[in-house]
Amino acid sequence: MTTEAQHDQPTSRTYFLVLVGLLILLALTVGAAFLKIPGHTWGMIIALTIAFAKALLIALYFMHVKFSHKQVAAFAAAGFVWLGILITLTASDYITRNHPASMNYKGEPRYLQSDYPGR
Amino acid sequence: MSQLTALEHDSYPAEQFEDTQQQSLAATLGMWTFLATEVLFFGVLFTGFYMYRMRWPDAFADGAKDLKWYLGGINTAVLLGSSYFVALAVEAARSGDRRRIVRNLLIAIALGVMFIGIKFTEYGIEYHDHLVPSLNFSSVSPEGQPRATQEQIFMTYYFVMTGFHALHMIVGLCVLAVIAFFARRGKFSAAYHNPVEIAGLYWHFVDLVWVFVFPTLYLLRHP
Amino acid sequence: MTTGTVPYIPAVEVEERETYLNVSGKIRSWLLTRDHKRIALLYLISITFFFFIGGAAATLMRLELMTPARDLVRPETYNRLFTIHGVVMVWFFLIPAVPTTIGNFVIPLMIGARDLAFPRLNLASWYLFVFGGCFTVAAIVLGGVDTGWTFYTPYSSVYSNTNVVLTIVGIFITGFSSIFTGINFIVTIHTMRAPGMYWRRLPLFCWSLYATSCILVLATPVLAMTVTLLAIERIFHVPIFDPNRGGDPLLFQHLFWFYSHPAVYVMIVPGFAVVSEVVACFSRKRVFGYWFVAGSSIAVAFISFLVWGHHLFVAGMSMYGGIVFSFLSFTVAVPSAIKVFNWTATMYNGSVSLKTPMLYALGFIGLFTMGGLTGVFLATLAVDVHLTDTYFIVAHFHYIMVGGMVTAFLAGIHFWFPKATGKMYPEWAGRIAAGLIFFGFNLTFFPQFILGYLGMPRRYAGYPEEFHLLNVMSSAGASILALGYVMPLVYLIWSIKYGKDAGPNPWKAMGMEWTVPSPPPKENFTKIPVVTQEAYAYHMMTPQGGDGPILPPAPPGERVEGGKPVDVEWSKQ
Ligand SMILES: [Cu+2]
Repeated sequence: MTTEAQHDQPTSRTYFLVLVGLLILLALTVGAAFLKIPGHTWGMIIALTIAFAKALLIALYFMHVKFSHKQVAAFAAAGFVWLGILITLTASDYITRNHPASMNYKGEPRYLQSDYPGR
Repeated sequence: MSQLTALEHDSYPAEQFEDTQQQSLAATLGMWTFLATEVLFFGVLFTGFYMYRMRWPDAFADGAKDLKWYLGGINTAVLLGSSYFVALAVEAARSGDRRRIVRNLLIAIALGVMFIGIKFTEYGIEYHDHLVPSLNFSSVSPEGQPRATQEQIFMTYYFVMTGFHALHMIVGLCVLAVIAFFARRGKFSAAYHNPVEIAGLYWHFVDLVWVFVFPTLYLLRHP
Repeated sequence: MTTGTVPYIPAVEVEERETYLNVSGKIRSWLLTRDHKRIALLYLISITFFFFIGGAAATLMRLELMTPARDLVRPETYNRLFTIHGVVMVWFFLIPAVPTTIGNFVIPLMIGARDLAFPRLNLASWYLFVFGGCFTVAAIVLGGVDTGWTFYTPYSSVYSNTNVVLTIVGIFITGFSSIFTGINFIVTIHTMRAPGMYWRRLPLFCWSLYATSCILVLATPVLAMTVTLLAIERIFHVPIFDPNRGGDPLLFQHLFWFYSHPAVYVMIVPGFAVVSEVVACFSRKRVFGYWFVAGSSIAVAFISFLVWGHHLFVAGMSMYGGIVFSFLSFTVAVPSAIKVFNWTATMYNGSVSLKTPMLYALGFIGLFTMGGLTGVFLATLAVDVHLTDTYFIVAHFHYIMVGGMVTAFLAGIHFWFPKATGKMYPEWAGRIAAGLIFFGFNLTFFPQFILGYLGMPRRYAGYPEEFHLLNVMSSAGASILALGYVMPLVYLIWSIKYGKDAGPNPWKAMGMEWTVPSPPPKENFTKIPVVTQEAYAYHMMTPQGGDGPILPPAPPGERVEGGKPVDVEWSKQ
């Protein structure tokens, strides 16, 4: 891995710029959380998009995916692709399921006992 | 895994390998494969969290508001910084600069310990706020606001996610400490520094997980 | 790997030669070994032990079901029996069966490597396996578990008062053992192939085990975390899956089957691996459609991740989700069918010799086809509503797992036994056992299709009078099956000491593992071979087609056959 791409290794300066970028993204995501965005969908999309951007920076530069063998990139992506499968297909059930308890909790969900004693 | 990989070097290259390049690629791919399993390991928690978030949006938004977002934010910055110093240590290892490896690793370890410290302070605050499910979860917050029963699920996910992350941090800190120790003893050189890189990968991954944990738990404050 | 006209000169100094077996006889040298071949044997001993534990539970269940009344064991005991049977057979036999034993043994030999990429990790994963096994055995000894091998919540996490956590700890640890094995295989196949062993020359066994390893690596962590959540809910009484406190039991089922459906393919794809090798060797023909067989292994591994929802059809999942999963489940049939067609096409016009491994392989093809076709019934949403939780399901997955995987495992054991031990087993005994297993298996499980269709539910200790005859048939078949499984254990152990010498290549098979002496030396190859040929060049062995011996690997540049170089590109097909 190292020997093949030794010539264009990132320098300390690259690392520092990446760190600055990560901190800026951190500030952005915290700021976005305090915007009054109605509904949870957009808040989620913004938060996760920024998180992915940060993850990409970490993986490409800190973890050297950008400077490594092509196989490494495939291996790195595999976990996320499979997690995508898990989330997408599970959500295909949850989004379309007319669940009796999906109403607001303040509206007395059907089988929720607030005095449930544990075990 | 990372420890095992790091230790597979009685002779270099090890007897099953033909050359050092083959060993280096094998170690890197092995670590990445392990990290792919880790993605799915944490992925289960994210899947469950987001499914429940869709079912109980109000309770989960209230849960996020009950956490201390600034502590989470500071911790994110601390961990990103720690990752930066590990990246510098790996770079130093490539040029065979032993003193720079040790110095950068020690800074990274210090930041990691700081992360753990802040995390446990946070746990203390949550205990104090009666937010620990099945231990002292209270249906009324200290400020007198009612809490939904389902907020217990949120808090369960919070403790499981951050707990497993902290566990990985502790393992990672031990690995970095071992690497720093060997680096000080002069075990690594420009020709042989694979364990530093592998340990670095693991540490960056722990950082990467936190990058997702932080917004998921702390920042989804709107129902 | 190469073929030639020079006759093979048998090794004379068989007694003195150092092999991986006699390099050191100390117990310590076995327990601390990093040799993949020795670790494979350690695994083989452990999984055989677990196979007989699981088998004992099955025997008791079949005895109970001899009569309609619940007379032999109490219903609570029966629940523990089927749970033990499921847990032990799935995690401690079927999943590790082929990969950790045969795979461990032959992958480095097949690709021309000295060992796996991480030999210590390999040993560590055996220790993890045994350690996890200890927890599970402890759970059984301390009174067992009664949740079924699926651990459905909230019964397992809130109500059951048996040793759930102990069992889960065992499964968690064993899960990491399989993850490490998977990592090892993936990295080994990527980085340790000998010069010239391009992907297009990779034996189909390695392709299938590569696919299996991908499943192990990507699915097992999901199981590990899911059962951890279950244990956390059970130990700390926090809400995760408990519907009383806003949790969703279906989430557990989603996560569990995201692992466990692909895990079914962990149990069957290695079977494909073995059968591809055996069919090609005993038909003396190149595998028909190499790329289709290799590709269908990868395809099956991928599709297996998209279909888990068919286990939730009647559990309360969204109807739309059910339709999606039903459709996706049908697609699994495509790569599976490709395999079956390609194996039969390989046999067509080949010179088929019905040696023991081939008998098992033929049994595999038939039983797997039966199991696969009945799977299509179950993937059909509406039909599944009728058949869920009946003996039809039981029969279906036993056709895949026992009829398929255990048969393939035995095919592999018989195929590579001469390589591992240097001895031959008595062929007549092998054939009788193969016949007994095929007959006993069908007698055991075919009646269960009918029972299930007639509506007999699974997991009950008693049943109505009208199911008596079919159940007696099933139990009778089980006793024949049991005899069939004990036989190889006896004659294989006997053969280790008294069997005839096998020589390096008793089957005249292609494949690099047959170019080294049997048993192989510790370092596998004195010199790393150079591969110049596709994996299944059976058609090239001799002009007569199939009696030419294989030579030990020659240095590159010296490989000629009748004056012509034998480097044959795969594309010539
Ligand atoms: Cu399935």
